[in-house]
Amino acid sequence: MITLERLTKRYEATTAVDDVSMIVEPHTITTVVGTSGSGKSTLLRMINRLVEPTRGRVLIDGIDTATEPAHRLRRRIGYAIQGLGLFPHRTVAENVATVPRLLGWDRARVHRRVHELLATFELDPARYADVYPHELSGGQQQRVGVARALAAEPNLLLMDEPFGALDPILRGKAQDDLLEVQRRFGTTIILVTHDIDEAFRLGHRVAVMSGGRLLQHDRPARLVTHPADPFVSQLVGATERALRLLALVPASEVAQAGAVEGPTLPGTATLREALDALVWSGAAAANVADAAGATDRHVTLASVLAHGRRASE
Amino acid sequence: MSTGRQSPLVDPLGTVLVIIGALGWLTLPLVLFKANRILPGVPHTLAEVLPTPFVAAVGATLATAAYIALRVASPRVRLATALIAIAVIAVALATAASALTPPGNRVVRVAPGGAFWLLLLALGLLATDAIARLRPGPLLRVGWLVAFFAAVVGAMHTGYFDDLSILREHAVNAARFADEVRRHLWLALGSLFAALLVAWPLGIVCHRLPRLQASVLGALNFVQTIPSIALFGILMAPLAALAAAWPWLASLGVSGIGAAPAAVALFLYSLLPLVANTVVGLGRVSSAAVDAARGMGMTSLQVLREIEMPLALPALLAGIRIVLVQNIGLVTIAALIGGGGLGTFVFQGIGQTAMDLVLLGALPTVALAFAAAVVLDALADLTRRVPR
Repeated sequence: MITLERLTKRYEATTAVDDVSMIVEPHTITTVVGTSGSGKSTLLRMINRLVEPTRGRVLIDGIDTATEPAHRLRRRIGYAIQGLGLFPHRTVAENVATVPRLLGWDRARVHRRVHELLATFELDPARYADVYPHELSGGQQQRVGVARALAAEPNLLLMDEPFGALDPILRGKAQDDLLEVQRRFGTTIILVTHDIDEAFRLGHRVAVMSGGRLLQHDRPARLVTHPADPFVSQLVGATERALRLLALVPASEVAQAGAVEGPTLPGTATLREALDALVWSGAAAANVADAAGATDRHVTLASVLAHGRRASE
Repeated sequence: MSTGRQSPLVDPLGTVLVIIGALGWLTLPLVLFKANRILPGVPHTLAEVLPTPFVAAVGATLATAAYIALRVASPRVRLATALIAIAVIAVALATAASALTPPGNRVVRVAPGGAFWLLLLALGLLATDAIARLRPGPLLRVGWLVAFFAAVVGAMHTGYFDDLSILREHAVNAARFADEVRRHLWLALGSLFAALLVAWPLGIVCHRLPRLQASVLGALNFVQTIPSIALFGILMAPLAALAAAWPWLASLGVSGIGAAPAAVALFLYSLLPLVANTVVGLGRVSSAAVDAARGMGMTSLQVLREIEMPLALPALLAGIRIVLVQNIGLVTIAALIGGGGLGTFVFQGIGQTAMDLVLLGALPTVALAFAAAVVLDALADLTRRVPR
């Protein structure tokens, strides 16, 4: 568990982060969203002490992070940033091995771990271990950046706009990969972004920041149904509240037994995608495939609409 | 490729070089004969000294070289032609020197004339242009350099060129020549290394503390504007005073004149290029890489050693190149205050109006500076293999 207690950072006249308190549950993804200058990056950088707080403290599993030398703290926290910061003079394998080497792992263990990670991130070690970052595509570089951040198996991973430089298609793929990695390793992730769609898609919890203050920190659905501040409603978008809610619910969760005449949705589809398919096809119900590809369950238009209907609450 | 092969009717650089060479060959003497080393030379053309077939062969070689410089595009052919032609005029010069020198006479001097120097200039430019067009890799360039020096030294050792004035002067000063070359290099390299020990830390501090940058670079800039002779002069008084006050310093070689003020001045001149290039090099290192390195838990020293300095290396080497070439030239001036080095021959030669002795100091200085530039450029290329 990560606890931020009344964190404040002042630079002479300006206050970058103003009295932020927040609790991050282990094994979850928390996205911090806000406009530029909202203090979200500064908040993130105070967690691994790249920025020292003016006031307040950060506890990781109940222990104050200030009690340990900053570089030791950082070695057990993963860190990935926009633009990646891959070392151009080091090979992919050397880049990924950075933190394990700093921790003094023996060669064989480093080698094993690097190869395992590259394989996890679909970078064939035989082909890519010894090439330099500039020889990779943007998407591959991004995966190396995340692999490097995860190299020493950190329990906590900090990410500052990690997908900011990717085009929309690569970005979607990178987000899926990150969700998969988080499910597999159970890493606690705090991710800073200015993209509200990304924040909703990835975050178990979403923290909204503006002008250095934390406006709301809650489950994404609560941000839509119970915005704590006009800025939050504006950020979430007053004209697509229902659609945002539908996008948070997997169709498979709502599906009932029996096959119907109508379009078939993949097992990963959300209710938003189900609605789109139903509107497009004009059908009243759609089948939802399960992991094996069987289509003996379905969602109806009425049940989809019910999930987006909150005005009465 | 075919468009690349389509050479213009005449090569523009070739035209200029042929004009230079032809002007020299037609209007100036190839050799100068002096009854002794301080008399002005009596000009001779090649035809006055050597048998006609020999002169015709040299003329034919140069005419062929001129044609190739004008009409042939292939850099390999141009390079080979230039090198062969240089060898031919060098041999012609040496043969003429032997022909003009009475047997056993060690007083007369036969020096290269204006035609020789202009031809050497034109052919040298032809060769360097051809090498530049070939774009050889860094190791190959160093290989060429070594081969060229080996060829020149080898040619000297054959004895065939011994009657040429410069080699006569070398023979007279042989023992001192080796000493002065060593001393020259020692002064140039020693002051460079001493400056590196100060300049790199200073550059790193300036990079980390931008407020310090302007004042440090300003001060070093000021030093750089002091003319070298003036700086040698300024240093004489304080160093002499130091040596007088502390005899142990004097026993270490510190004195108002000699190598000490020369080394101190060279050290001071070296600082600006080294510090400035360190600051620029570190400033160009990707801030994302530095942020990531710190964020993953490198200490400040590890970031410097493993990320910043390796990525700044091309700029650091560029600084070393500037300083080394500059120092090799400046050491020549140091001879004025008794610093030694090849400048000794230059100033002695000027004093005695013996131009051949001046050349004995000047030509090796140019060669050393050239070699230093080629070697350091090659090193910089090798480290730039990985683009930022």
